[in-house]
Amino acid sequence: MNHLIVPIHEIVQEEETEEIIKKFGGKKEKFPQILLSDPVIEELGAEKGNLIRITRETPTAGKTIYYRMVVK
Amino acid sequence: MLMKRISAIEFNVLSPEMIRKLSALEIKTPDTYDKDGYPMEGGLMDPHLGVINPGLRCKTCGQKMKQCAGHFGSLELVRPVIHSEFGKKIEELMHGTCDSCGRIAIPEEKLKQWKEMDETTEQTIKRILLKAKKTKKCPHCGTAKKEVLLDKPTNFYVNKERIYPTQIREWMEKITDEDLKMYGYTPEKIKPEWFILTTLLVPPITMRPSITLESGIKSEDDLTHKLVDIIRINMRLKDNIDAGAPQLIIEDLWDLLQYHTTTFFDNNTAGVPPAKHRSGRALRTLVQRLKGKKGRFRYNLTGKRVNHAARSTITPDPFLSINEIGIPTGIASDLTVPELVTEWNKKEIVQMMKDTDNIKYFVRANGMRKKVSEETKKEIIEEIEPGTKIERELKNGDIILFNRQPSLHRLSMMAHKARIMPGKTFKMNPIVCKPYNADFDGDEMNLHVPQTEEGKTEAKELMFAQKHIISPRYGAPTIILDEDGVSGSYILTMKNNKLNREEAMQYFYEMGITELPKTKNGNYWSGKQVFSAMLPKGLNLAYKTNTYKQLKEMNPEANEKEFHEDSFLKIEDGELISGVIDEESLGEGKGKIIQTLFTEYSPEAVERFYYYANRIVGDILTKKGMTVGLDEYETNPEIEKVKAKAIKEEQEKGEELTEQFKKGNLELIPGRTLEESLELRMMRLGAKTKDKVGKEIMRQKVEELLSNDPKYNSTVMIMSGSRGSAINLTNIAGMWGQAAVREGRPKRGFIDRLIATNKRKDVGATAGGFIEQNFMQGMKVKEFFYHSMGGRQGEVDTGVSTKVSGYLYRRLANSLKDLNIANDETARSANENIIQFSYGDDGVFPMKSWRGKSINISRELEKLNK
Repeated sequence: MNHLIVPIHEIVQEEETEEIIKKFGGKKEKFPQILLSDPVIEELGAEKGNLIRITRETPTAGKTIYYRMVVK
Repeated sequence: MLMKRISAIEFNVLSPEMIRKLSALEIKTPDTYDKDGYPMEGGLMDPHLGVINPGLRCKTCGQKMKQCAGHFGSLELVRPVIHSEFGKKIEELMHGTCDSCGRIAIPEEKLKQWKEMDETTEQTIKRILLKAKKTKKCPHCGTAKKEVLLDKPTNFYVNKERIYPTQIREWMEKITDEDLKMYGYTPEKIKPEWFILTTLLVPPITMRPSITLESGIKSEDDLTHKLVDIIRINMRLKDNIDAGAPQLIIEDLWDLLQYHTTTFFDNNTAGVPPAKHRSGRALRTLVQRLKGKKGRFRYNLTGKRVNHAARSTITPDPFLSINEIGIPTGIASDLTVPELVTEWNKKEIVQMMKDTDNIKYFVRANGMRKKVSEETKKEIIEEIEPGTKIERELKNGDIILFNRQPSLHRLSMMAHKARIMPGKTFKMNPIVCKPYNADFDGDEMNLHVPQTEEGKTEAKELMFAQKHIISPRYGAPTIILDEDGVSGSYILTMKNNKLNREEAMQYFYEMGITELPKTKNGNYWSGKQVFSAMLPKGLNLAYKTNTYKQLKEMNPEANEKEFHEDSFLKIEDGELISGVIDEESLGEGKGKIIQTLFTEYSPEAVERFYYYANRIVGDILTKKGMTVGLDEYETNPEIEKVKAKAIKEEQEKGEELTEQFKKGNLELIPGRTLEESLELRMMRLGAKTKDKVGKEIMRQKVEELLSNDPKYNSTVMIMSGSRGSAINLTNIAGMWGQAAVREGRPKRGFIDRLIATNKRKDVGATAGGFIEQNFMQGMKVKEFFYHSMGGRQGEVDTGVSTKVSGYLYRRLANSLKDLNIANDETARSANENIIQFSYGDDGVFPMKSWRGKSINISRELEKLNK
């Protein structure tokens, strides 16, 4: 996946997913969500319950990392 | 604090049985009081429904006024009516179901299939309605499917024939539980037949108290009036039915009963004329009580009022610190602060009690309050001991909160220290006007007095004015010396500014310096010396001033080394060596001196700086005088020459362009048509012409200001950046240039021309809105008209954009207001959903930053290199 304006999306490995969820309070339903039908998710081939890592370039903070949970 | 989490709230519809069970009394008569003024038995004011007279006891529960919340009554309706709020729900059910068997008019297999689908109820209902609409015959019993029509809010037609609530109720009763589940109902708890009222719940008297007017006449609440109407019609309907009146009359009365119940719930139902009071005023019924700005939610629940607050007009007082608010004695003596008596302050408090009347109340350890008066004073002094509390008037140094609406900001409410002063208005240092967005044309502000130690500390630590010198939005100074403050500092620190012994002594003394510093120039002290005295020792700074910026802009190619020495500011060890103090040092979002003082020294350092600067700078301005006169804007031959040349060049170039345009060989601007290219080129040409004139004016003005004998006029404002710009000066003394509407030349007017005196299809400069004159000369009639076209747009734009952006901001602020930063540093919403994994993606709090960056790297490197 290589797009001019869509930032890098990647599926987080399962063990790491648990780690990240634990780091941010342990409740995955509190995470930001992304629809399974989202074009990026379709392109990635992610499944419901996968955690997506988004690496964004922002003008104020430089490179930042964001997570979104795939939901239906 | 004990906190309980609400897991769920269930809303339901009351069944007739439930209403009867809830009811303490069945209402039988429309009369409220008998002729002696006593409530009627079985009437709307029956004492079984609650008490509103102090002293009386409730006939249902036996409690007194404040304890008894009131009891509901009930009214048996002779004929059922539709609850108007449920008209749509009923329609939905009627559309989808069969009136004879009560099943959803869709084959069983399909229903089963749909039930298993992963859909929201709304989606399922939509599916049912769509399918049922096409169905001609009920697949369960074979009856022909009826066409239902709802004439809002409560009249139903089946196959174009009126159907009455009794029939609808029967229909609703038929619908099976299984089918109701498809509609999202919980059949054990709610039944659609309850949407049609057979029994009306009558609210308790406490909800609709009658008011006795001074004349002794009783005035009833709007709800009572409405209920009386309902009962009256209900009785008339009953009488008519009993007497065997014709169907037509009964139906009329029935409709009337429907109307009254509908307006009882909502007097603003669409399609129903609002019920009026005798005076013609619309009645305020149930929905009206809750809804809108004046409704229960926004007015009474969100809009609770507070004690220990005051409001008054504000006036400026530059001799106050930015942390102080002047509070008039009259207000201060009404506001109180509780103070706990301890072993350490007992003596003081007793003394205060003896000497003054400042202590208003005494509170015993058990919470009993006593008012302090001349008579009780002696006894109370005996009682004062650690653990008790006193409530005293506001005194100097107390922490208070100061606020101005609209409160868009955290800076709109800041903590200050009280300073009791004579007068009737709140007084504030004019430099805190900026964060509050206040001025003194009659603005009023609110004051609150925190009552607990926790509240006071919180206010002081989180809301104190001096802590807000750096903006929480962009991380640069926002409480700043502006306008006169900057102009004054500029004049004070200008190269040629000399102060005689007397002046110097006064200024140094104001800063607490009693010994005159040494001077290099005889019996005179430089303004830079005075300014340096306001800076702390050890401060080192070097940067380019606004003067540099102005000079650079006027002459981009010039050698920087030849710039006036005031262009480069240098502070060494708290001594202003060179450079002039201006916008770059003090201004909003720039304020290099201010921000350095704040971050490298302390908020207090800035507060002191402002305290002194305010006095000295103000005094300089009044002494030296800064004013403008007409002669300042008079043009001289040199300017005239430049202007004439510029205009000539413009006209030549303009003609050339129009010529090219007519021939069609005008060089196109990428992405533009021929016409657009011409317009754009003409606009640029106009701007260029104005610029030429402006440059010459500025050249002269700056030369004059930087000379050995400067005049203090609008050039000071422009060069210091305190107010106005070269463009404003050009407008007055040079030329206005091209008039613009929507970023282009004015277009609207007549066919192919702007005004009637122009030739058709003339696209030249003058015909396109170019204004050669300036404000001093006055414009020609044509030009004046062009100018007005641009002016009008400006006026409209400000009106529209303030309205639009204000509302936009409000919505944004409301949607973000309960976000918070959790302990794991994530930004979360009120229900703990993660919004950002690190606040602002970088975890930087702008208020504690250097212009949004966590650290000012170049500054730190500079320090290291020393």
